[in-house]
Amino acid sequence: MEISTNRQGQELTVKLTGRLDTNAAPLVQEKMDQVLTEGVEFLILDMTDCTYVASSGLRVILSAQKKMNALAGAMVVKNVTEDVMEVFEMTGFVDILTIE
Amino acid sequence: MEAVSREITVKAVMENLDRVIAFAEETLTGLGCPPKARMQITLSLEELYANVVNYAYASSPGDCGIRIELARKDEHRVAITLQDWGKAFDPLAKEDPDIFLSANDRPIGGLGIFIVKKSMDSVSYRREDGKNIITMTKSW
Repeated sequence: MEISTNRQGQELTVKLTGRLDTNAAPLVQEKMDQVLTEGVEFLILDMTDCTYVASSGLRVILSAQKKMNALAGAMVVKNVTEDVMEVFEMTGFVDILTIE
Repeated sequence: MEAVSREITVKAVMENLDRVIAFAEETLTGLGCPPKARMQITLSLEELYANVVNYAYASSPGDCGIRIELARKDEHRVAITLQDWGKAFDPLAKEDPDIFLSANDRPIGGLGIFIVKKSMDSVSYRREDGKNIITMTKSW
């Protein structure tokens, strides 16, 4: 899994490339903890090239959403692939995330 | 119809997840399993494998055997069996999470087995001869 981040003022974009599986999830969580700090008001999770998500990956995404809520910011999940969307649907994540 | 069955045994550590998934992908592709069902099966397998690693063998990892079998080719149906020799652990005993809670009210985690139940046609657990045995089936 590749993780790239781009901070422009209060806006942070995190792009995930590859499989967000049980082995990748802790790495993404670690990165999120580093970059998702005070001052971020808008988080864009770009999932264009994320082809797979396991429950461990969902933990990271939910944790980011909770963090943004705590920071009184907003989070948008963008360009979700079909396989990942299916997992979001079956777990009710479609209702708690803002998906574009 | 000829029965097709392939199996692999690995030491139950997360470093072997890629091997397990590659084995399943290759076997399922060979059986003509379409991409969507393949994703659902490999995802379920990953969730169950992670459970074996983290709970059945929490302190000292042992073996985990995985078998994929197509009983009758004409039915487009596979049975996947995972077995381990760790401590008794029934992952299906846990109550399903409430997926209608808001993000703030939702606990982090607890979705793995729920995903398995939603993705597969059937999942069952049994403890036999000192082994945890999980069997799941999927048709396409």
